[in-house]
Amino acid sequence: MSVAPEIAGRDESEASASDTKALPKVQIHGLNFFYGTNQVLRSVTMDVPALKVTALIGPSGCGKTTLLRCMNRMHDLYLGNRYEGSIVVQPDGTDILDASVDPIQVRMRFGMVFQKPNPFPKSIYENVAYGLRLQGMNRRKELDEKVEKALREAALWEEVKSRLHQMAHNLSGGQQQRLCIARAIATDPDVVLFDEPTSALDPIATSKIEELIVELKKRVTVMIVTHNLQQAGRISDMTAFMYLGELIEFGDTNRMFTNPAKPQTEDYISGRFG
Amino acid sequence: MGSSRSASSRRLDQGLESVMVWVLRAGGWASVLVTFGIVITLVKESWPFFQAVPFVRLFTDTMWTPLFSEPQYGIGALLAGTLVTTGVALLVAIPLGTILAIYLSEFAEPQFRDWVKPMLELLSAVPTVVYGYFALLTLTPLLQKIYPDLPQFSMLSAGMIMGIMIVPYVTSLGEDAMRSVPMLLREGAYALGDGKLGVALRVVFPGAFSGLAAAYVLAISRAVGETMIVAIAAGLQPRMTVNPLESAATVTAFIVQVSLGDLPHGSIGYQSIFAAGAVLFLMTLGFNLAGHALRRRFHRAT
Ligand SMILES: Nc1ncnc2c1ncn2[C@@H]1O[C@H](COP(=O)(O)OP(=O)(O)OP(=O)(O)O)[C@@H](O)[C@H]1O
Ligand SMILES: [Mg+2]
Repeated sequence: MSVAPEIAGRDESEASASDTKALPKVQIHGLNFFYGTNQVLRSVTMDVPALKVTALIGPSGCGKTTLLRCMNRMHDLYLGNRYEGSIVVQPDGTDILDASVDPIQVRMRFGMVFQKPNPFPKSIYENVAYGLRLQGMNRRKELDEKVEKALREAALWEEVKSRLHQMAHNLSGGQQQRLCIARAIATDPDVVLFDEPTSALDPIATSKIEELIVELKKRVTVMIVTHNLQQAGRISDMTAFMYLGELIEFGDTNRMFTNPAKPQTEDYISGRFG
Repeated sequence: MGSSRSASSRRLDQGLESVMVWVLRAGGWASVLVTFGIVITLVKESWPFFQAVPFVRLFTDTMWTPLFSEPQYGIGALLAGTLVTTGVALLVAIPLGTILAIYLSEFAEPQFRDWVKPMLELLSAVPTVVYGYFALLTLTPLLQKIYPDLPQFSMLSAGMIMGIMIVPYVTSLGEDAMRSVPMLLREGAYALGDGKLGVALRVVFPGAFSGLAAAYVLAISRAVGETMIVAIAAGLQPRMTVNPLESAATVTAFIVQVSLGDLPHGSIGYQSIFAAGAVLFLMTLGFNLAGHALRRRFHRAT
């Protein structure tokens, strides 16, 4: 993708990226977050690995959504919100929380898929083309190609190819959510953030989206909030367990589900609370 | 607190509720009855007119002179006045009203909005006679400075002021429609890297389209039915023209003009105002139905 000049320009090129897979994609360090005076995240520190699926789990209200929305500076949309700490994106080493960084540039690097499907009141095609157009792509042929590619990656192409110019609202809920995924990946973001993307869907639509996410990590880094522990187990490589705004435990998913290090993690995973 | 309310107070509530239901139902029926009454009057009074004058003459005659000794019944001469003044009004009200609605819903500080909205709504409480004389005595001379050949009565001046009068309707309804677009949709666009203006124009505007369409239809009906402003500032001479720089009479202006005179009840001139009224009624009905259809079509889209 075309990295924003501000971000590319700040490249401090560390380790000359010999093995990008070993390098974490995003380094969250000492992150505090406040809604007004209400502190919701407490010194969260974690390295999100590149090209892996990282799941965020934890009881309701522990701050999973809040953390996810720090990653694309979504909180900037509302007055009174405040971040402390840093979120450094590799390979260029930009701290996206830095005041000099334009949140719009951050959002072009971090795609987001919401809890409820939110297609725009436009055609299927225009939904997927939305981000592409924002990034200055205007030529029809190029757009056509990118839209088709994104829809194929979102496993939606076959179902919609004959009606690309119909309103997106005529799709089923599951199709709408896949459309939102296509929309988010069309611009080739570095990271895609999912906030409980299947909580409004039936099991079949859910498993389609799970397959898609696993497929997606071949080329993008994925962070996903989920309430469904089986889902976290099925699709994630790494799991972060949060509780009351703190990151309690973060590690390999298999290890964490079979042999959690912290008693709170064990309690949560075994269903004793949350 | 009132978790264990006595049985008698609950009975009282139920009694009150059924009374309220009846009051509301009566109100609903009253409006239906009034509408029927209007339709019946229109049909009854214009019936003799259409007995005496063949329907096609409304469209084949080129002048509207029902009071002359050799009368002509080309309603087009009145419709032209109505359509041109309405067109001018919409050219003012729709862009201005929509931009204001977007501004108020997406950009204005909440305190500012809470202050401006009642002010705007006050604007629609100004009597239309005042608007009419404002057009005639203030706007027309101003326009004449730019275009000296503008006659004292012109559809341009009347239409523009009518547009100003309608702005609050468009803005108020339009703003409601835009504010009811879910935040989730806006966030989706922000998450792709769009800015405030882009979100407003590309997501909120189409998302609110059904509500905006309703606002526009109301604006049209309001303009088509407006009487005082056009009677005062647009002239009373029916003229088959589409040039807003001329003076012309609208359907409504003709109706007041004639009904202020003392035509004998039952004369063809008297009946012609009901014929004109019936045509006006059909027109507004048409616009409203079209608006309804438009709204339904876009409703599924939001
Ligand atoms: N806009 C807001 N203003 C103030 N407090 C908020 C706001 N949004 C969330 N909170 C609070 O922040 C805390 C974390 O909320 P968050 O939505 O991040 O939790 P979550 O882990 O995603 O929960 P869930 O699993 O229910 O979605 C909660 O205590 C919540 O009440
Ligand atoms: Mg949440």
